[in-house]
Amino acid sequence: MTTLADSVAWIGGHSVHVPDGPVALLLDRLGDYMYAVSAVLWVLVTAALLWAVFRRRAEGEDPNDPARERRMQRTVTLAVAASAAILFVFLFLSYDTSRAMTGRPAGEPLQIRVTGHQWWWEVEYRDSLPQHWATTANEIHVPVGRPVVFDFRSSDVNHSFWVPQLGGKRDLIPGQETSLWFRADTAGVYRGQCAEFCGYQHAKMAFEVIAEPPPRFAEWLVQQRDTAATPTDSLAQRGQLVFVTSPCVMCHSISGTTAGSRIGPDLTHIASRRTIAAGTLLNTQGNLFAWITDPQGLKPGTRMPATQLGPKDLAAVVAYLETLR
Amino acid sequence: MSSRCPERRWVLGAVALWAVTLGGCERERRGFHDRVPGTPALSMVRQSDLQPGPRTADAAVPSPYDDNAYAVSEGKRLFNQYNCSGCHFQGGGGIGPPLMDAEWIYGSEPQNIFATIVEGRPNGMPSFRHRIPDQQVWQLVAYVRSMSGLLAKDVAPGRSDDMQVTAQEQQTTKEHPVKSAVPPSTQRP
Repeated sequence: MTTLADSVAWIGGHSVHVPDGPVALLLDRLGDYMYAVSAVLWVLVTAALLWAVFRRRAEGEDPNDPARERRMQRTVTLAVAASAAILFVFLFLSYDTSRAMTGRPAGEPLQIRVTGHQWWWEVEYRDSLPQHWATTANEIHVPVGRPVVFDFRSSDVNHSFWVPQLGGKRDLIPGQETSLWFRADTAGVYRGQCAEFCGYQHAKMAFEVIAEPPPRFAEWLVQQRDTAATPTDSLAQRGQLVFVTSPCVMCHSISGTTAGSRIGPDLTHIASRRTIAAGTLLNTQGNLFAWITDPQGLKPGTRMPATQLGPKDLAAVVAYLETLR
Repeated sequence: MSSRCPERRWVLGAVALWAVTLGGCERERRGFHDRVPGTPALSMVRQSDLQPGPRTADAAVPSPYDDNAYAVSEGKRLFNQYNCSGCHFQGGGGIGPPLMDAEWIYGSEPQNIFATIVEGRPNGMPSFRHRIPDQQVWQLVAYVRSMSGLLAKDVAPGRSDDMQVTAQEQQTTKEHPVKSAVPPSTQRP
């Protein structure tokens, strides 16, 4: 039962039919309009087809009557003209919608840089002061009611950024910058997903957009800018030592320690995130153990190699990661 | 016979084409859980011809990935991500020795390269023991060997994900490795 409830809640955070914010509303309206018009046309076309199939020629009707032929010609011409007109209306409406979506939003937007990697999302909040930069992964916090402008990059192959409930899709293309904006008007958690096939674990390349009231967002950002917490209890201290002397440091960084590699997700505030491995697992103690021990079993092909740590070292590393709020 | 029923030619052609395309299926296995020979198995690897007493036989350690294109491409990715190219550049050498030529100070056999990465070498090569997992070291070994054409052409990488700076490993002519007879310490002052 819980799984059913969970999946329903999950669909609630991932549906184009429950739009939030101006961009998603525009798209939803366009979609609804196209759907309604197409449904009416489908009914009409099907009715015409059925009528043609079941109609019988009247007694004494001449199939070669030129007047009849002209009538039929007129009907077909009208139908073709109507189709073309409807398609032009669709064209104009989608042009208008994409224009409204791609322009720069009014007000002072928040800038977020998102980089696609196989198979996770790097999220950077940049600032004119470099010491105010914050880096996180697979989780995008945004303030409610303020437009957010994303600029996208890719480090390897094409990806596509898509949050169904908040706005359109945009491809992340290596060597090219793309951008997109949206605004969340309701606080909540919105699920996002890579929408361009990008390799083996494309399906497990998800993220969450967490829309919060502006004061809470500001608080979160300040906390994310901080260097990592220094562990106080002995287990976590040992965990820190194990972390910086193990293969972890080849890919991950934790600010304030010697771990500074930028290949994998930044772990400075990993304990504050809801999921690990790009939305694959909830961020729980058990899942951290599982992920460090056997990432290839949970997400085959992921760039994270299995790390061979002794049980005590593993427990220490997990304890340390859990202090990184 | 064939002139009497030309359809038969088409059928045979289609079957032949189908058989050829089948060859593309399951070309190789992508090993995510491979058990590879680890560091302990390599503790006796000989790095030089110089040794006291009579010559002992080389311990043969099979390279798990010399025939696996996926592993070699992973090696290529890791070569840049782990900053091997920081010293060896794209194999042409600079701060560290070149990797695309025939000269191997510490041996060209897979186990020699493995030991070089894991143990480190004098004059700059750091030890990556407990830093790079064994499986990834073997992937790097296979890639490094592809740089001088020591792998089959259908295994060596055929394109780069980033801007191309050297000829593709696939197009590299095969070098014939020579072990340097000069003591390593005198090679790089």
